[in-house]
Amino acid sequence: MKNITTLKEFACTPDRFNGGHRLCPGCAHGMIVREVINATDDDVVVSTATGCLEVCTAIYPYTSWDVSWLHIGFENAAAGISGAEAMYKALSRKNKSFNPDKNVKFVAFGGDGGTYDIGFQSLSGATERGHDFLYVCLDNEGYMNTGGQRSSATPIGAHTTTSPRGRVSYGEKNRKKDLTMIMAAHGCPYVATATPGSKHWKDMAQKAAKALSTVGPTFINALSPCTTEWKFKPEDTVEISDLAVETCMFPLYEIEDGHKLTINYKPKNKLPVEEYLSKQGRFSHLFKPENRWVIEEIQKEVDRYWEYLLRREEAGV
Amino acid sequence: MATPKEMMTTWDSIQFGAVLPSFEDPKNKVRSKFNSFNYKVADWRVEKPVFNRNLCIDCDFCWVFCPDSCFEVEEVVNKRGKKQAKIVGINYDLCKGCGVCVEVCPTPIKSLLMFSEFVDNDDALKQWPKKEDKKD
Repeated sequence: MKNITTLKEFACTPDRFNGGHRLCPGCAHGMIVREVINATDDDVVVSTATGCLEVCTAIYPYTSWDVSWLHIGFENAAAGISGAEAMYKALSRKNKSFNPDKNVKFVAFGGDGGTYDIGFQSLSGATERGHDFLYVCLDNEGYMNTGGQRSSATPIGAHTTTSPRGRVSYGEKNRKKDLTMIMAAHGCPYVATATPGSKHWKDMAQKAAKALSTVGPTFINALSPCTTEWKFKPEDTVEISDLAVETCMFPLYEIEDGHKLTINYKPKNKLPVEEYLSKQGRFSHLFKPENRWVIEEIQKEVDRYWEYLLRREEAGV
Repeated sequence: MATPKEMMTTWDSIQFGAVLPSFEDPKNKVRSKFNSFNYKVADWRVEKPVFNRNLCIDCDFCWVFCPDSCFEVEEVVNKRGKKQAKIVGINYDLCKGCGVCVEVCPTPIKSLLMFSEFVDNDDALKQWPKKEDKKD
């Protein structure tokens, strides 16, 4: 496990994810991917589900990856990486691996569409088979690559092109699927949430290092604010991720061995969710008088979930 | 820079095992023409960040939060004998001008500020805000 203590030391790592990709200015995907694959000194094999990251980092004839990278379909990033891992295991058993003196880590990246909805069965299958890989979900709460359709990660009240706001509708009506808990219920040895917030770079890098050094399927759910479809200014990406943690909309916790829950960051004074919602254009309609009740509902739901996490941590189950 | 069309190869001439090798020489880390490191996204930018070396405290926040990996760092050894990264400059070929680095810069007078694309870097450094004297 790579020891990550100070940023000054961490920044000496040579970048393995290059600039020149065509992600939007201020997109958090770049920050998350760089931190995750810099969190280990071993060789890395990456597979990426179709989504913003896959489309923007591999526009032929350019590639942004300095590591081995596997192009794969929308639904089978986890299946692809588990195949690569099984092949590596089989070859090293026969002493035929390419560089036997080096460790190889396997990482799959998927957007929330490729993880929550479309790629879920392959992720569930790969976890059940117990392959040694890390799956990172870059959760931008919708199908942002294709113009902002809703996914099962979209929170209540958000405006997307398939759950539009209007005179009758207040946006998305279903609550966000709690994928982190679902993955923990698979019995993964390590499951965590992370954000690219200004206080939390170390949290994310350490979680990635821990997940990569754990044997067995591991999962990180990383909130990735989307400037284009969440409708905020590109420079506010880090601030939005901070607010998501401070308002407890996206709490930072980790679950070991499927049950032992630890909350990594507890905000000193929990901010009301309005702080987070008002910064984003996709929630602007909620501040009309007739939609105010939706904000109260969201606040209630967030409080309930935070209470649940606190009690679960205290009980140690 | 070769245009993307000139760089494209047909399927019969693709190297076995890898479609796009990102390194020409993997041992010495010489990046190939297929690596997007050699692509320019500078024309996306309206405003550019300008870096003031004199105010920088080497916290490396800009390095970790830059989505385009455009901060160039140099490994130096500090007084205590530990290695640390020193920010040397900005790769303006890769910068898209999002402004995240300016937001996360923690110094009282920011060591990174956004300027119009047409302002020369030396002129920008002259226009830098000065420290205001405390008036009690």
